[in-house]
Amino acid sequence: MPNIDLSIKLCNIRLNNPTILASGILGTTKALLKRVAENSAGAVTIKSISVEPREGHKNPTVITFEAGMLNAVGYSNPGVEAAAREFTDLQDVGVPVIASVIGTQKEDFVRVVEGISGLEFSAIEIPLSCPHTPGFGLLAGQGTPQATFEITSAVRRATSLPIFVKLSPNITEICNIAKAAEDAGANAITAVNSMGPGMIINIEAQKPILSFKVGGVTGDALRPIAVRCVYDLYKAIKIPIIGVGGISTGRHAIEMIMAGASVVGIGTGVYYRGVDVFRKVCEEMTQWMQENGFSNINSIVGGAHD
Amino acid sequence: MIEQPMMVKICDIIEESSTVKTFFFESNMQFEPGQFVMVWIPLLDEKPFTISYIQNNIFGISVLKRGLFTNALHAKKIGGTIGIRGPYGRGFSLQTNSNLCVIGGGIGMASLSAVIDRLNLTLKVHQGNVTVIQGTRTSAEIIYQKRFKNMNLCTEDGSVGFKGTTVKLFGELLKKQRFKQVFACGPEMMLYKVVELCREYCIECEVSLDRYIKCGFGICGQCDCSGHRVCIDGPVFNMEELSRMEDFGKTIMTKTGERVIY
Ligand SMILES: Cc1cc2nc3c(=O)[nH]c(=O)nc-3n(C[C@H](O)[C@H](O)[C@H](O)COP(=O)(O)OP(=O)(O)OC[C@H]3O[C@@H](n4cnc5c(N)ncnc54)[C@H](O)[C@@H]3O)c2cc1C
Ligand SMILES: Cc1cc2nc3c(=O)[nH]c(=O)nc-3n(C[C@H](O)[C@H](O)[C@H](O)COP(=O)(O)O)c2cc1C
Ligand code: FES
Repeated sequence: MPNIDLSIKLCNIRLNNPTILASGILGTTKALLKRVAENSAGAVTIKSISVEPREGHKNPTVITFEAGMLNAVGYSNPGVEAAAREFTDLQDVGVPVIASVIGTQKEDFVRVVEGISGLEFSAIEIPLSCPHTPGFGLLAGQGTPQATFEITSAVRRATSLPIFVKLSPNITEICNIAKAAEDAGANAITAVNSMGPGMIINIEAQKPILSFKVGGVTGDALRPIAVRCVYDLYKAIKIPIIGVGGISTGRHAIEMIMAGASVVGIGTGVYYRGVDVFRKVCEEMTQWMQENGFSNINSIVGGAHD
Repeated sequence: MIEQPMMVKICDIIEESSTVKTFFFESNMQFEPGQFVMVWIPLLDEKPFTISYIQNNIFGISVLKRGLFTNALHAKKIGGTIGIRGPYGRGFSLQTNSNLCVIGGGIGMASLSAVIDRLNLTLKVHQGNVTVIQGTRTSAEIIYQKRFKNMNLCTEDGSVGFKGTTVKLFGELLKKQRFKQVFACGPEMMLYKVVELCREYCIECEVSLDRYIKCGFGICGQCDCSGHRVCIDGPVFNMEELSRMEDFGKTIMTKTGERVIY
């Protein structure tokens, strides 16, 4: 039996394994991040933070369906000042912590990055891709090569931490946007955010269930699209890719890594398999690698390409 | 488990007090005492309520009128509809212990009523083993007067029963009575003091906590209490778990997700 090594370096950040808690799932408090870390996540991402506090959309904000989840949480978050109080002494978490930063304009991204600059975050993720929050992401035109370049450049000037730019699966020119991010100094691409938006209607109530009516689609339904995005990106850019979308098993993770991801993000999988989904995915990856004669996770990255 | 809201007809309504109404609906869900449902009023909002009556396939929720959503619920009539998804959470662990004490502060009583029913059922052979304490501000707010006989009532203004808090009354009872286990629900400071008393007297205790709930199934992180999700790891926690939850009795989570120390 080969000795299996799941550890990996992402932009000079050492991870024990390639699973990362995706932003917006359980990342509200340091205590929850710690709990996810104790369940074997290689790194964790906080829920996205804006300059001002936001209550988000009214409930229902998250709903499941046969093939995944639909959410329009609406970026509820306590704002950068309160977040800076919550996420102190991050070494207590036990694994690298990634800050997720949002804004309605590039100056806001910079203000949040500056507001958390004294803390021990290992990287900054900027989602330019939320499909269901007015003023942010796709609904604010942040998903174009031009806007991506400008926002990423502004954040680049504000921090020396690695920057991950998180993209939408919706856009046909995802590779051009990723290149714009790379040109502006991004260190990795997170692909992908939720897709859609989609809608689920309760036919007895004759109304959409989500209060915002539409929401981003995640989970199983997203996986083939996320895998295709990562596959395309792997050919188009040189910086590493964090593959996110519908991963809840070790096989899913291996598939995403073969498409070209260096590490994988897990969100909806927490619903399918519990907070210990990270441990389960790692065990299943280890077993698969053993059975198939791989000893090092790095050797699988991009393995599905010709 | 119903994952998307299912529209149900309100088949009966009881006025429990000046401010609390119970709404009954039919469903074939399986509930344990202490579990909750998310109640949806289309175009308005969706909020958590504990199942307060479990009778075959008829379920009830007892709702205190306090804000926009609960006012809208109170305006509903028999035959009206609401959306229900659930059941969610981990309920009370029911053992056939004798000498049990159930302590409800305000609308917290609703979360305990299904437990009392279940305990009375299992302990029918030796009646009188379940002591119920209910505390409110004033007599008009007392609920379930007909449903549970021999409750130990207390009110802040002394308009009925013992004058003072549930914690004080519990303390008084402890001087003359021994309890094996306590179930409690109410304001968090009350629960904190109940747990302290239980620790002092070496009594097992479970309490049902309250945090702002959004998803209800452990994804959004809105209901955190020291790394425990109230919606899925709770809402009921035992003393051993509570002893590891630093935020218990000390913090709230606002709607924005800010953890505020009070
Ligand atoms: C697990 C659980 C079980 C509950 N069971 C019952 C019950 O059986 N009967 C009952 O009357 N009440 C119960 N509640 C409280 C109930 O959900 C709130 O009273 C209700 O949501 C208030 O809504 P509102 O719009 O009328 O008031 P608002 O004016 O919006 O709020 C009044 C107060 O209610 C609380 N609240 C509001 N929204 C929520 C939310 N989404 N989640 C949790 N708390 C909230 C807050 O403390 C707020 O300060 C329960 C709460 C939880 C967490
Ligand atoms: C309830 C919920 C909330 C989310 N909130 C955020 C967020 O605040 N910021 C963000 O960048 N992505 C957010 N996402 C997107 C996830 O980080 C992830 O990209 C997406 O869910 C796809 O992965 P999955 O299929 O593993 O869930 C959220 C997803 C869900 C389901
Ligand atoms: S309410 Fe979403 S995790 Fe508990």
